[in-house]
Amino acid sequence: MDAPIIELTEVKKSFGPVSVLKGVSLKVYPGKITALVGDNGAGKSTLIKGLAGVQPYDEGHVTFEGELVGLHNPREASHLGIEVVYQDLALCDNLDIVQNMFLGREETLHGTFDEGTMEREASETLRSLSVRTVGSVRQKVSSLSGGQRQTVAIARSVLKSAKVVILDEPTAALGVAQTEQVLALVKRLAERGVGVLMISHNLADVFEVADYISVLYLGQMVASVEASKTTRDDVVGYITGSKTYTEATA
Amino acid sequence: MSVPETTPTLDTTGLVAAPGLIGSGQDGGVRDQVTAYIQRVRSGEMGALPAIAGFVVLCVLFSVLSPYFLTERNFANLLTQAATLVMLAMALVFVILLGEIDLSAGVTSGVAMSLFVVLSNPGGINMNWLLALLISLAAGLAIGLFIGFFVARVGIPSFVVTLGLFLGFQGLQLIIIGDGGLYRIQQPQILAIQNSNLPTWGGWVMLGVILAVSLVTALLDRRRRARAGVSSRTIALLWIRLALIAAIGGFVIAQLNQNRGTGFLAISGVPIVVPITLFILWAGTFVLDRTKFGRYIYSVGGNPEAARRAGIKVIGIKWAAFAVCSTLAVVSGVFSASKVGSVDAAFGRDIVLSGVAAAVVGGVSLFGGRGRLIHGAVGALVIAVITNGLGLLNLPGGVNFLVTGGVLILAATVDAVSRVRAGGSLSRR
Repeated sequence: MDAPIIELTEVKKSFGPVSVLKGVSLKVYPGKITALVGDNGAGKSTLIKGLAGVQPYDEGHVTFEGELVGLHNPREASHLGIEVVYQDLALCDNLDIVQNMFLGREETLHGTFDEGTMEREASETLRSLSVRTVGSVRQKVSSLSGGQRQTVAIARSVLKSAKVVILDEPTAALGVAQTEQVLALVKRLAERGVGVLMISHNLADVFEVADYISVLYLGQMVASVEASKTTRDDVVGYITGSKTYTEATA
Repeated sequence: MSVPETTPTLDTTGLVAAPGLIGSGQDGGVRDQVTAYIQRVRSGEMGALPAIAGFVVLCVLFSVLSPYFLTERNFANLLTQAATLVMLAMALVFVILLGEIDLSAGVTSGVAMSLFVVLSNPGGINMNWLLALLISLAAGLAIGLFIGFFVARVGIPSFVVTLGLFLGFQGLQLIIIGDGGLYRIQQPQILAIQNSNLPTWGGWVMLGVILAVSLVTALLDRRRRARAGVSSRTIALLWIRLALIAAIGGFVIAQLNQNRGTGFLAISGVPIVVPITLFILWAGTFVLDRTKFGRYIYSVGGNPEAARRAGIKVIGIKWAAFAVCSTLAVVSGVFSASKVGSVDAAFGRDIVLSGVAAAVVGGVSLFGGRGRLIHGAVGALVIAVITNGLGLLNLPGGVNFLVTGGVLILAATVDAVSRVRAGGSLSRR
């Protein structure tokens, strides 16, 4: 097995007296999909906000490609190649697909936009992810369906060769067909060698795509298992705390 | 209507890669582009189309109702009457695009122009007019930064901040102007803006420059796109656009070059305010369409949270937009002072709502993120035509307000209905 691209060791985070993460360890492998599951309030969001540099951890180590990193702010995280696709999609409805994919990192030539290059790179990225549901890269995002928006948001994250993509509930609020599309896209993301960390409440989705499943329960990582070596019932048990994980770690 | 570029089909597997699948909306001939455009309009992206239609309808209506409307003299008069409002509407577009508002834009121009007349008045301080003008513009900039501080930094709704300033600045203006009550504009350079004209050949040179700039930018764009390896729109569209500019511009300039003097003195040519306004329109559009600052204004107006997550400094963008708005508002004040010939304590007080109305009539969304500078300009022309035409009909003054208000609500309704249609097509997918 490859070395993990990101490894969290005993990270802790508390807000005042409330301790949200009580020493969590997690590994994300390149080219693999790790699903992070857990009930509401288990600390999933806090965990990914730490990885994104939005809310740094209080204690613990984070290594990225074997090196200790700080992750004090979002810029540091994105500099390392960690991209987060948030649940409430961070897209501007009034801009088109190319403009959204390049927002905040536009290609310029002599101080003005190099629209041609941006358009080509956007099309190439979408094509490399085998996205075929988007008619034109110059379409306004407001005219896209939920699945297409998620596609654009994910494509945006890989545009600048991200090494780790964190997806926050990518299939929430999507229809059946669109969920299939997005899950296929997540698989292709991993096939490109990207380490994927996917948060989901939907265990059907998790078992469809994940290589590893990590379960958070009240701020503690209660299980980290290979998806092929566990069952849905077991995972539900870990999530609700009615079952304890005893085997050797995957 | 089937348009491959704009109607994506939903694919259930998403696994089969098709070659060359993603269009850019640039392909096809004139016919395809026209159908794509109609499709966009039908889906709610109407832009300035309703305003242009309204402008044409009003012009036809007034030329039928009044024999004076289509005279050369009234035509030039209309342009100079409209110039102040056009400029103010363009200034406001910068903040309306953010979903904000500047109710103090009018009185900002009032404060700055009061400063100008007090500083440059030959009987008083008698400062060089250019220096006084620069100080006035700087005052506008400072006011914009002041508003921006409270809106962007402190986080007070711009409606409240600028409403407060709208009241406060009327007092400031009164204090600056003093008991004199009214200052005449005595600098020939300022008066010339609205009251002097380019020589007749100057208008044609202006049109030539516009055509040349349009052509060169379009050709450079095409070359850049070709280098990047993406297709451009068919070149026929460029020729059509240039032909339209040439035809409309040629008609307007030919009209303005007619002698419109009443007495022995011949008056003809394009008013100087026209090239100034067109240049600011061009420069502002360039910034909004082609630079990061402009793009970020649209993104903050569309979704501030997305802009923030994309690493855009939302506070700085808002701050800068208010600074641009207030500075351009001072320019509109200069136009107004030049037209009226004087500045008093009420200067600029009543115009701001017309400016907002102009932007909305032109198709700029008050919710932010949608609209262009030209939309503000076209909307201002519509409102100016109403004022001008109704004035010629010798109707009571109240009618003007009623009609303008009605047009504003009509425009807002068109915008809302087009949004519903856009939303409808979204939910159908």
